[in-house]
Amino acid sequence: MLGEGILKGLGETAKNFAGSFVSKERMTTVEYPEERLPLPEASRNFPFLVYDGGDWEAGLRCVACQICEKECPPKCIYIDKSKDKKPDHVGKLQIYPAKFDIDISVCMSCQICVEVCPFEAIKMDSEYELATEDRFGGLLLDRHQLAKSNEYYHKIHPTEAAEVDARLAEEKVKADAKAKAAAAAPKPAAIPAAAAPRSAESIPAAPAAPPKEGEAS
Amino acid sequence: MTIVFWILAALTVSGGLATVLLKNTVHCALAVTGAFAGLALMFLQLDAQFAGFAQILVYIGAVAILVVFAILLTRGSETPKGGIFSHTWLAGLCLAAAVFAVLGWAVLSSQHALPLEAGSPVVSVMDIGNALMSRYVLPLEIVALLLTAAMIGAVIVAMHEKGDLK
Amino acid sequence: MVTTLDQIFVALKLWIVGLLPAALQPTAGVLLSVVAIIATFPALFAIAVLLERKGLGRMQNRIGPNRVGPLGILQPVADGLKSLTKEDIVPFSADAAVHFMAPVVLVVVVFMGFAVLPMGRNMTLVHMDSALLFYFAMGACTELSIFMAGWASRNKYSLLGAMRAVAQMISYEVPMLMSSVTVVMITGSLSLDKIVEAQNHYTWGLPHWYIFTPWGLAAFLMFAIAATAETNRSPFDLPEGESELVAGYFTEYSGFKFAEFFLGEYVGMLSISGLGTTLFLGGWSAPLEILGFMPSWFWFFSKIMMGICVFIWLRGTLPRLRQDQLMNFAWKFVLPMTLLNVFVVGLWRFLGEGWMRWVGCSAILLLAYVTVGRAEMNRKHYGPRSYRYAE
Repeated sequence: MLGEGILKGLGETAKNFAGSFVSKERMTTVEYPEERLPLPEASRNFPFLVYDGGDWEAGLRCVACQICEKECPPKCIYIDKSKDKKPDHVGKLQIYPAKFDIDISVCMSCQICVEVCPFEAIKMDSEYELATEDRFGGLLLDRHQLAKSNEYYHKIHPTEAAEVDARLAEEKVKADAKAKAAAAAPKPAAIPAAAAPRSAESIPAAPAAPPKEGEAS
Repeated sequence: MTIVFWILAALTVSGGLATVLLKNTVHCALAVTGAFAGLALMFLQLDAQFAGFAQILVYIGAVAILVVFAILLTRGSETPKGGIFSHTWLAGLCLAAAVFAVLGWAVLSSQHALPLEAGSPVVSVMDIGNALMSRYVLPLEIVALLLTAAMIGAVIVAMHEKGDLK
Repeated sequence: MVTTLDQIFVALKLWIVGLLPAALQPTAGVLLSVVAIIATFPALFAIAVLLERKGLGRMQNRIGPNRVGPLGILQPVADGLKSLTKEDIVPFSADAAVHFMAPVVLVVVVFMGFAVLPMGRNMTLVHMDSALLFYFAMGACTELSIFMAGWASRNKYSLLGAMRAVAQMISYEVPMLMSSVTVVMITGSLSLDKIVEAQNHYTWGLPHWYIFTPWGLAAFLMFAIAATAETNRSPFDLPEGESELVAGYFTEYSGFKFAEFFLGEYVGMLSISGLGTTLFLGGWSAPLEILGFMPSWFWFFSKIMMGICVFIWLRGTLPRLRQDQLMNFAWKFVLPMTLLNVFVVGLWRFLGEGWMRWVGCSAILLLAYVTVGRAEMNRKHYGPRSYRYAE
């Protein structure tokens, strides 16, 4: 009959109206900024620099290799190398960035810098409340603002962080084993025997790595 | 001849004058609406409630809108190039004065036919309805026929356009 | 029941007027009533705006505005302040005089309509013999103001919106008038006071409201449809739809002039709800005889607010009608039904009291509605789809 559809529609809206007061499933409003929707794990916004341990300056993983600066499509990263060196996670002395600026008004969140970094030093953050009243310098994040701890990384991307940690530990173990083998080998015969023992060491090092890793982790 | 009458008369006359003297055609249409409103208020001042409200409803609510639509749907909204006053304005003035004289003579001479009453007669809507249904039923039916013919004509004109598209 | 609470406003007005010298008393009385109307209805407008935003929100499964004041009840204040402080932009080539006059004319004309509504026992501003005609005359003037707004903006889209709005309002004015004519036929007077008095009787505790008769129900439904179209309200808000013509005829208005249009629209809604309750829902009379102890103005205003809630409900439910669908609906369905309704009212009047007239009139109306409805729905409006591809 004519008008039936309208009446059904009116009934539906009335149900919505009444139901919105009683049931939680109907009222899906998230009252920002008091409540926030939880972000999915793979969400990303702008990059940040990971540091291990408590001191952000000492534990910064970045070694200023400038690969991310060169690969960045909109060229939003600016790096200044330091003059001195400090040891990295495997013990080798590396330079570190004296200046590491990312202009987040330019960054397009393409994650290329993350993909090319060989040191797992730069990762994607999911922080979105970055609005600032300072038009000129407010969106240029410097090294201190970009450095966030590994625990923070675990909090926002747990699966990814666990994988990264596993990889780093594996590398550390490999590097330790290599260093031990290099220290154990005789010094004068190091050069001619360097090729043979190295190839001989690398094979026992590999099967030795899993049990070592097992006790390390 | 109270002050209200003079104010309303001024409104009506100025509306009429503005209709013929303004350049922009839509302004003229709005001025004629003002003249209609002045007329309606004069009807109300004379206690002719039905006539006054019917004037507003019909003239301002329909005729003025019709005039405005006609101006807009044609190119009358632009100011004419040759000026707004015609060349034969003297003949027009004489003709209008002649019509005014005839109407004035008719109104003034009819005062002798009707008795001079102190107050205005109260005509209620029921009286109008009764009169329309008994004494004036033939004019009512003729007007209804006229309106029906107009509506059918409008529908036919509009329908032909749809026929062309097919 | 005439109690002191019922007549409290009348008594207040008489007391204040009594304080003034005799020469000023009539003017002062009228002025006082006018001031009361100008004070009440914008306050109701604020409540209506708030109800609309929260109500629409809840119907769409979301909370309405809830930041300003507890539960957002001060939102109209924020809206008002915003409208007042925004820059008033008049387009360069727009007709400044007409651009300014359009919202003024709208607000004036809409408030004039309240002069004849009986808001309670003895609470009508002007007692007129042809009050209903006055109300419709004022309604006709709103169309002119909308046209002025559209034309003065010098904007093709505004003009188009204004033309559509005026065409829509004219088309729906006829069904509105014809549905009111049925009430006038039964009451025998155009005076709204007499119409309310005629509905103020009770049989077995139930009132004699015209909506409880078959022709009254049909006329009320058609009046409601026509009223929704007259005030350019969803689902008939094509002229002012935000996704259609930006804002239609008030695109070029900003700041306070836009607020005046907004005020005019909502107060027009209140006004037409008032007329609908006066004609069909018994005006200020109580629904049940035992509830007659509550003041008459309370019943009038609660019925108006119920009308507003129905308007909001319709807005939240129905999609917008296209211009040709809306005009077709007016001329091909609503108008013939109103004419049939007039005939049915005549039958009602002359069949005399008794069950026969109830059965007869209901049967005619139902038959007509079902037949016409079925015919309209079964008619295939869509031909086979044809596609034209670019070569």
